Amino acid sequence: MEENKQKFGFLHSTVDAFDTFLRVPGTVTRKGAHVRDAIDLKRVMILVVIALIPAALFGMWNVGYQHNLATGTEAGLLATFFYGFLRVLPLFVVSYVVGLAIEFAGAQIKGEEVNEGYLVSGFLIPLIVPVDTPLWMLAIAVAFAVVFGKEVFGGTGMNFLNPALLTRAFLFFSYPSKMSGSETWISLGKGTMVDGATGATPLSFIGDGFDALTDAGVQYGTSFLDFFLGTIPGSVGETSVVAILLGAVILIWTGVASWKIMCSSVLGALLVGWIANLTGACDIPAYYHLVLGGFAFGTVFMATDPVTSAQTETGKWIYGFLIGALCVTVRLWNPGYPEGMMLAILLMNCFAPLIDHYVTDIAVSRRARKFNVA
Amino acid sequence: MSNSIHLKRGLDIPISGVASLKASPVAADVIAIKPTDFKGLLPRLLVKEGDRVLAGSPVLADKNCPDILVCSPVSGTVQTIVRGEKRKLLAVVVKADEQREYVDFGVKNVESLNADQIREAILASGLWPSLIQRPYGILANPSLKPKAIFMSAFSTAPLAADTDFVLGSEMPAIQAGLTALGKLTEGGVHVCIDGNKAASTPFHKLEGVTLYEVTGKHPAGNVGIQISHISPIRKGETVWTISPLMAAAIGKLFLTGKVQLDRKVAVTGPVAVNPAYVEALPGIPMKALSAFYDNSKADVRFVSGDALCGTSVGEDGYLGWFDNQVTLLHEGTEREILGWAKPFRFNQFSSSRAYFSWLCPKKKYEMDTNFHGGPRAFVVSDVYGKVLPMDIFPVYLAKACLAGDIDKMEKFGIYEVLPEDLALCEFVDPSKNEIQDMIQKGIDLMIKEMA
Repeated sequence: MEENKQKFGFLHSTVDAFDTFLRVPGTVTRKGAHVRDAIDLKRVMILVVIALIPAALFGMWNVGYQHNLATGTEAGLLATFFYGFLRVLPLFVVSYVVGLAIEFAGAQIKGEEVNEGYLVSGFLIPLIVPVDTPLWMLAIAVAFAVVFGKEVFGGTGMNFLNPALLTRAFLFFSYPSKMSGSETWISLGKGTMVDGATGATPLSFIGDGFDALTDAGVQYGTSFLDFFLGTIPGSVGETSVVAILLGAVILIWTGVASWKIMCSSVLGALLVGWIANLTGACDIPAYYHLVLGGFAFGTVFMATDPVTSAQTETGKWIYGFLIGALCVTVRLWNPGYPEGMMLAILLMNCFAPLIDHYVTDIAVSRRARKFNVA
Repeated sequence: MSNSIHLKRGLDIPISGVASLKASPVAADVIAIKPTDFKGLLPRLLVKEGDRVLAGSPVLADKNCPDILVCSPVSGTVQTIVRGEKRKLLAVVVKADEQREYVDFGVKNVESLNADQIREAILASGLWPSLIQRPYGILANPSLKPKAIFMSAFSTAPLAADTDFVLGSEMPAIQAGLTALGKLTEGGVHVCIDGNKAASTPFHKLEGVTLYEVTGKHPAGNVGIQISHISPIRKGETVWTISPLMAAAIGKLFLTGKVQLDRKVAVTGPVAVNPAYVEALPGIPMKALSAFYDNSKADVRFVSGDALCGTSVGEDGYLGWFDNQVTLLHEGTEREILGWAKPFRFNQFSSSRAYFSWLCPKKKYEMDTNFHGGPRAFVVSDVYGKVLPMDIFPVYLAKACLAGDIDKMEKFGIYEVLPEDLALCEFVDPSKNEIQDMIQKGIDLMIKEMA
């Protein structure tokens, strides 16, 4: 490796990235604290990927399961999973190849070390898009998100929008026909839809009331338990609240993601859902919002992105609460588009620095007042 | 006692190599006086090679305030004047006599002296730089009257010398020193003692001072943290701090008329052989401690001070003026295969639950100087506040310092901190930022801009 560093001097960042991926760098502290904690960003990022694995595995199985239901195919557990695996794998490949290529090139141009942030973004992207997203569209969206969402600001840690969500937003606004409606959520493969089956997600009936919601699926179950387990159509990784909760436990236990954001987001969603129930705007119980659509996935994995969320502890409560509240607001009072999570998070990403600004301002001036009196 | 402060946030670093409570004398034939130990000192050399000095003779003076002198701790002959790049003065090395001779400043009764007499006596003895002025942690300005004077009577830094052990026998001197200093301020002297052994520590018998019992993990023993809980420094205010060690030296000046900087120094660290205390002076060469280490592979880092904010001085270096601890660390240049990806790394400590060191809370780790990662932008936001028991926003402050934004530095509390207070933030940072260095640069900028 040392020789290679000489030989491929112009590829220093790339060589270095692979080198430090395999071995902890032998650098020692130069200034300041002589000893350091064993944790580094690689460890933080890999923990998020581990937390995402349950949702990813379930998502792959569910792609196969929804395919079977919609096309009337009978298949075993493994065959079902394998069908989904083959469908989802190309998304992962495209996401990582395109994203990492840009990251490496960017690091190379700037002469910096390659940041490991894309390990997570690259894993998130396949889980939040419809399984049949054309790969070329995904590639363009990934390229857009990495270049304009992250690299132009200086890479991981400097961006203000979540790159994975930006990918999805790009797809959504550029290719709406592939990103919503009832044609996109179930991978039919070579099969055809059986009579009466629907490709629509339960969420798309949310404006039509509780009865419409429970009648949503012809071929799939629509009880609360079905929504909770995730045996419904949707983006690859977003459907199963059980798998997402597993990930949430890992994230909260290791302290990688903020439990405050997750809790306040749930509170915000419940409050707006409850107000809607109270005023009669919607007869779907508020807690249904927690298990429908991308709410759980967004709350646990996207809203808690430490770079784009609020940085102050008080700010995190406000930020999370507004995400939950905005998400349900968009769901209930918006005729065009049934899901509000993506836009809620992106909007709050933009407002997070403002929230922090006021939180720090208030804290600083309150402290100054306290000691001026004393 | 009503003055008790409990600090919840913080972290005790479980590093191995605590010094056992026994002290032996150590012979050093040379002593170095390093201007770099004194923040804010613009040194003017008062001696040349071959000059004879006594213990208490001035060696350096401050160019900005010529009354401030730095004295020699020993008597002897000036052997070499060490200069670095651009002829920067690095050290004055004095060859010590076998029998120490002192400058006689005269025994004085501190009770009967007034503030001016005390100030002049301390300035003349060359012990004035013992006082540290905040904000900025620089030489105290003798023409100012500080809001108050603070002293922390215990240390929570990793492997720090046990204050009760090293200074327990010097209480009369410390009492005299604090009584003298008390006359230099109207706000009184505030002393924080370790709340866990408030009854047993000899410091609780100090008189004429305000005592506080402080409990908590590191950095609860840092005087900066204590000040922020007792009386935070606002813009325009100055406070002075003093370490118990230097308070004892000032007390001895009045009680005996001599400058006696003898101290018990804790030799600690994972690679220290039989770590223990030595009786020594500031400025002793590290080589005088050769019984405590084996540097045949040239892989030992010699830190004057503690592992978080001490100075790496090298095997040919000298103990710092204010330090009573040496930490010997292994230079961690070995490369661990797949380190970050291993599920378990039982020999590495992490304060986060990303590893499993939380399973063995009592374990001590043989920490080395490996960086454990590469430098990155700030990403994680909530790890820093957990180890900083102060009401400030550490990352915002560090970023303001990086940006050189004076207004924001003021807003986020640059007046209240020194780099040592944020050392733990640097330790836990997954992005491996050099936070202490950022803060120091911010402070340097403030000094320059606000002058």
